[in-house]
Amino acid sequence: MIDQLVRLLDYEFVQNAIAAGFVIAVVCGVVSRFVVARDMSFAVHALAEIGFTGAAGFVFLRLPPVLGLLTGASLSAIFIGALGVRVRGRDNLIGVTLAFGLGLGVLFISLYRQYATQAFAILFGTITGVSRSDVLLMIGMGVATLVAVALVYRPLTFMTVDPEVAEARGVPVGILGVVFLLIMAVAIVEAVQVVGVLLILTLMITPGAAAERLTPQPGRAILYGVVIALFCALGGITLALLINWPVSFFVTSLSFIVYAVSRLILGPLLQRRAVRGSETVAESGSRPNRSLSA
Amino acid sequence: MPRPAVRCDHVTLSYGTRRIWSDLSLEIGRDTFLAVLGPNGSGKTSLLRALLGLVTPSSGTVEVLGHRPRRGDPGIGYVPQRSSFDPDLPLRGVDLVQLGLDGHRWGIGLPNRGANAKVARAIAAVEATSYARAPIGRLSGGEQQRLRIAQALVGDPRLLLCDEPLANLDLRHQQGITELIGNWRKATGGTVLLVTHDVNPVLHLVDRVLFVVNGRWAVGPPDEVLTSETMSELYQSHVDVVRVHGRILVVGESTGPGFELEEPHHMPDALVDHEAPR
Repeated sequence: MIDQLVRLLDYEFVQNAIAAGFVIAVVCGVVSRFVVARDMSFAVHALAEIGFTGAAGFVFLRLPPVLGLLTGASLSAIFIGALGVRVRGRDNLIGVTLAFGLGLGVLFISLYRQYATQAFAILFGTITGVSRSDVLLMIGMGVATLVAVALVYRPLTFMTVDPEVAEARGVPVGILGVVFLLIMAVAIVEAVQVVGVLLILTLMITPGAAAERLTPQPGRAILYGVVIALFCALGGITLALLINWPVSFFVTSLSFIVYAVSRLILGPLLQRRAVRGSETVAESGSRPNRSLSA
Repeated sequence: MPRPAVRCDHVTLSYGTRRIWSDLSLEIGRDTFLAVLGPNGSGKTSLLRALLGLVTPSSGTVEVLGHRPRRGDPGIGYVPQRSSFDPDLPLRGVDLVQLGLDGHRWGIGLPNRGANAKVARAIAAVEATSYARAPIGRLSGGEQQRLRIAQALVGDPRLLLCDEPLANLDLRHQQGITELIGNWRKATGGTVLLVTHDVNPVLHLVDRVLFVVNGRWAVGPPDEVLTSETMSELYQSHVDVVRVHGRILVVGESTGPGFELEEPHHMPDALVDHEAPR
């Protein structure tokens, strides 16, 4: 099996797939932390599906579908961000936008008959069809996303966990909300290449959701998210190459297993250890104490 | 004569066509502890938001620490109305306090020994060191509130704004939090504006109270404002103010048995409305 893998690595499409998977996993691992904390799974779905409409439209116009994906996702990010600053009613707005966007997508597909294969690829992902130039584009977009997250990291964290005080301390919550949606849009365009539009949540939610079970430290939660995303994406691609079942099946299955293990086994275990740890601190420290009793 | 910490001059605040309060004029000197009282929906939180520069009055002028209110004023520490943290949120007390220090700055924020020491001192000052590294969503309400106060004070403000900091806390934690705020003022000579529905836990610290009802208001020392005459005038119906066991009770005629300030929605004629939208 190892031999088989090493032989596969000689193929350019395999190298491309693994490089793309690596970039995508790092980006999704980082971004998913905020998607989970800001409770934005529905927005992820909307951006991805309207991205699909954009791709369908671009194919119809004989333009590259990836750019259509990016256009659709970014436009909907700006629209949702500009109108839906408040949490209440946000999901309604997203639902309305999403339905309209998908309706357009249906129209584009029906107008352009030869579209079926490409539509399937965007809906379910085809990492093995990624070319060298696609990989370069992905690296570019990935680096841009990570730089953007680094720039807004502190205020974004602040407004995510503590919106009232963040606003009072001068964090521009409205603008940053839109900026984060745009970051999400780019991350989604990347992730669609592996898992497709319909299974996007597996890379945009699971790493962040599993990671928060494993640590109370914000920085470490992001790191764990990246590690989990790398494991699921690269593991999924490898298994798909060996067994020749769809990549998205393996990525979603690995994600589910990682989440279940973090939530049911590792999380409770670590929490129990944390309680014992803080008790030792309290004994050597100044005063007896309770913590983590929940 | 130093300039007052807060000055409102004929200030009217409205959301759309609804007036929250009109023609409010008051001066709060430095080193003053002001309790802001009144029924729900009387615009107590809106007053804090105006001082924070988050809402602009429709007329009149507001001055905070000698200048117009501006968002992100480092001279102000803010303890918001309590909202609980998700138990699974990867955030510890130290992180919350750290955000109070530099969360508004861009970038990732490299480790900084000076900042860490400042955070540690702020946490030690509220006696929260032993649980500051546990997930904040799993701490008790009183523990979370101590960390909130550390967060508000870590930047060495001169004005502390607290919105219902004692709500939903048991008596012991109420006393603890009250003591922290009182000690901070004594040590620094800072100004405190504390919104509360029950003045009794903080009565021994309060210099002045601002009582707002339905757009009408009265301000002054507790003994002058919390009287039957003033209260009856504010509520525009007969209200008795009774002192029992060192506690102040406000009793309205239409409510039958006596009640304390913490049941303001039973007050006659109180404006029944939601907090200001945001």
